[in-house]
Amino acid sequence: MTGAPSRPGSAAEVAEAVRGAELVLPRGGGTKPALWSAEGAEVLDVSALSGITEYLPSEYTVTALAGTPLAEVEARLAAEGQYLPFDPLLVAAGSTVGGAVAAGANGPGRLRYGGLRDFLLAVTFIDGRGEIVRGGAKVVKNAAGFDLPKLMVGSLGRLGVLTECTFKVFPHPESCATLRVPGMAVDEAIEAAGRVGAGAVEIECLDLVHGLAGWDLEIRIGGRSFALDARLKRAADLLDTDVTTLSGDADASLWRTRREFGWASPDASVLKLPLTPATAGALEQVLADLDASHVGRVYSAGVQQAFVAWPAERVADLPALDLALTEAKLTALALRAPADAAPRPILGYRTGGELLRRVEQALDPAGRFGRLSSPSAALPSRP
Amino acid sequence: MATADAADFLDALTRCLGVDRVLTGAAPMAAYESDALTAFRARPRAVVLVDSAEEVVDVVRLCAAADVPFLARGSGTSLSGGSLPVHDGVVIAMNRLNRILEVDPVRRTAVVEPGVVNLAVSDAAVPYGLYYSPDPSSQSVCTIGGNLAFNSGGAHCLKYGMTSNHVLGLEVVLPDGEVIEIGGDSLEGVGPDLVGLFVGSEGLFGIATKITLRLLPKPETYFTLLAAYDSLAAAGEAVAAVVASGLLPGAMEIMDNLAIEAAEAAVGAGYPLDAEGLLIVELEGEKQQVAAESELLLDVVRKSNPYLEHIASDPDDRMRIWKGRKSAFSAVGRLSPDYIVQDGVVPRSRLGEALTKIQDLGEEHGIRVANVFHAGDGNLHPLILFDGRVEGELERAEELAGEILRLCIDLGGSITGEHGVGMEKRQYLGEMFGEADLDAMRRIRLAIDPGELANRGKMFPDAEAPALLSHAPHPLEAAGVISRE
Ligand SMILES: Cc1cc2nc3c(=O)[nH]c(=O)nc-3n(C[C@H](O)[C@H](O)[C@H](O)COP(=O)(O)OP(=O)(O)OC[C@H]3O[C@@H](n4cnc5c(N)ncnc54)[C@H](O)[C@@H]3O)c2cc1C
Repeated sequence: MTGAPSRPGSAAEVAEAVRGAELVLPRGGGTKPALWSAEGAEVLDVSALSGITEYLPSEYTVTALAGTPLAEVEARLAAEGQYLPFDPLLVAAGSTVGGAVAAGANGPGRLRYGGLRDFLLAVTFIDGRGEIVRGGAKVVKNAAGFDLPKLMVGSLGRLGVLTECTFKVFPHPESCATLRVPGMAVDEAIEAAGRVGAGAVEIECLDLVHGLAGWDLEIRIGGRSFALDARLKRAADLLDTDVTTLSGDADASLWRTRREFGWASPDASVLKLPLTPATAGALEQVLADLDASHVGRVYSAGVQQAFVAWPAERVADLPALDLALTEAKLTALALRAPADAAPRPILGYRTGGELLRRVEQALDPAGRFGRLSSPSAALPSRP
Repeated sequence: MATADAADFLDALTRCLGVDRVLTGAAPMAAYESDALTAFRARPRAVVLVDSAEEVVDVVRLCAAADVPFLARGSGTSLSGGSLPVHDGVVIAMNRLNRILEVDPVRRTAVVEPGVVNLAVSDAAVPYGLYYSPDPSSQSVCTIGGNLAFNSGGAHCLKYGMTSNHVLGLEVVLPDGEVIEIGGDSLEGVGPDLVGLFVGSEGLFGIATKITLRLLPKPETYFTLLAAYDSLAAAGEAVAAVVASGLLPGAMEIMDNLAIEAAEAAVGAGYPLDAEGLLIVELEGEKQQVAAESELLLDVVRKSNPYLEHIASDPDDRMRIWKGRKSAFSAVGRLSPDYIVQDGVVPRSRLGEALTKIQDLGEEHGIRVANVFHAGDGNLHPLILFDGRVEGELERAEELAGEILRLCIDLGGSITGEHGVGMEKRQYLGEMFGEADLDAMRRIRLAIDPGELANRGKMFPDAEAPALLSHAPHPLEAAGVISRE
């Protein structure tokens, strides 16, 4: 990192900063250091670009500047009974709109209706040439032009500096409650998760949490208050074992802490891995092989993603993990990790490098944001 | 290309596929000269019928080496000229690549070849209680490859999204013949969402040869409500009230009087003929939940003062209601020798304003416009009726279509919700986006396909257009197999 971060106050100022930089990465709330720091890269602090610019509850759309804290957006939506269905992470920690989109990571609630990619309607960003580019439209349906909003999801600040985002929002379920089955074996828990998931009961969240006494299966159901008890009973019948029910504050705080990674030690590196119920076994094997079966982890959103808390004292083993994941065809993002923890923001198996290389060439010909497509780059390096 | 080179190129194609699968000459290629936007026609150099992904790669590499433009063609039902051949290029017909490679009930995914017909995916998923959600009205004929090129939608996209929201992974042949894999079989990914970028790229980034789709559990039950109003505006207000109530229906559709009359005459759906606006709202999902929601829905809709309401009494009754809705456009189309369908989007709260203006514009031009639309997501489908044999009517209809697109842009919406830009709306893309936005898109296109070989001439405003012929129903539509929505 060189010098103090610059803190532009407008899209035009961001564009100017990008044009004047050699290697630069944007930072929103700063909750994901491994994603905004790279050797030799300046940091562009976009937190001054803050505020909700348009919220139209009747359109199911909200637009905010990229540095706006997600907590602010969520509070505003909640007042109208709406929410961000992709269930953003690290909200209390200070995560911002742009940082969330660029990281491309979703919370357990993404299970119900989809992730960021499904709820991002429009973006404005500054590309690597310092041009202000808009993509998408501020309406819930649109098929005109290339889908640049989706391209920016998970772009890790390497394709452009986001300055404004428009999301689709949905009405929040009237009430929610959670069923918990403690202490299962991993296979048993995955099987039970599949059984409930395949049934008629519509589920908001379904997580498997690793603990000392095995895996806890947690299933959140939401909807009209009037029907909730009957639906909980139905799901419990499908589980066919003893369950505890959490409702009200207990339910709400469970899921709030989950997405803040309250279950992980604060100095651990939290990795996100895309998964399916069929590949969870491969991840378990990778961890066992590295003598890491004890590390904290959650199989989240119906076992569609894992969050793994890699302990600080085993940072030296991250390259070995990188290799093992590659062999197992698994990919990980160093989501909440110290700047120097991860050898590079993406570990393990990669696809699409050639297409990404061409896109980078188009949007950032000079490589001002580094090159994510370069597979061997220890850190985003200059081309 | 010199004649000798051209002959060599055809020879190479023939060596690769055999003489039976390389069509040349006017008669064999006639069916491929246009798509469902029959106003445009262009003659390709050859049509090739591929049987495997490897053959797609071979053909694309031959095209790249000889600098010949090409495009993939599914069923040719594009309404925007997306599958119109590139003049003197190669049409790669994908229909024979139509195997469903795998349906996995645990992952809830299907892996399919691009020529698979949309409805076939749901059919294959039935034994597992699953289905493929996006439901364009052309779903009995259109292909998954075409759907993903256009990010196609349907009546049931409000809750679970369009094609893009259901594609997880792709195998793609880039325009220079390089084969890549993007995405995977998880709902989650890491790194820029390249699958998201590819879906909706209208064939400009190459050809998808293998597609991993997400399947959803089939809704346990439906609650379908029909409400008739004495004005279109009142129907629109009812939609706003449903949205404000916090309900999230699976579908919310509105038809105007002309559409109601035509649909009624065509299929006898039992619609009230005197309604000025007819609203169809459908809740879907778990029994107890739908039961609880339906009470609220009825309450909300009754407060909007429909003069008549009807609840689907059983699955047959529900099908009848939907049949009327889905046939409405072809039914209206029969009232007129020719018609154009637009599919612009406006913010939901401005639907009333948009509809009034469309009626006014129609009157100004002396042209009848019928309206059937996805009210839940503000996606209009104005049907512009004209007679191409009457001097100047086509031009007036085109002009009106353009004014409607501009209206959508002015109201803060989009020129297309699901039919794509294709050939038809190219000149309006530059009105919706600024120069820098278009330039970024163009740069991406050129970085991926420097020779602009893949579907050359589509989407971007500056590309050259072939001659305008006339508007007529798609052959399948005329035969009553599919209907426009
Ligand atoms: C009567 C009627 C009703 C319709 N209703 C709807 C509706 O409700 N909703 C809706 O969204 N659309 C609708 N459409 C439009 C049309 O059906 C869709 O756009 C459909 O997705 C096109 O599929 P297709 O197989 O016919 O594709 P084609 O028309 O053959 O091709 C469309 C585009 O896809 C590209 N393509 C095809 N295969 C591939 C591939 N493998 N890889 C990359 N690109 C490829 C082509 O190059 C072309 O650009 C309707 C059309 C008609 C005629």
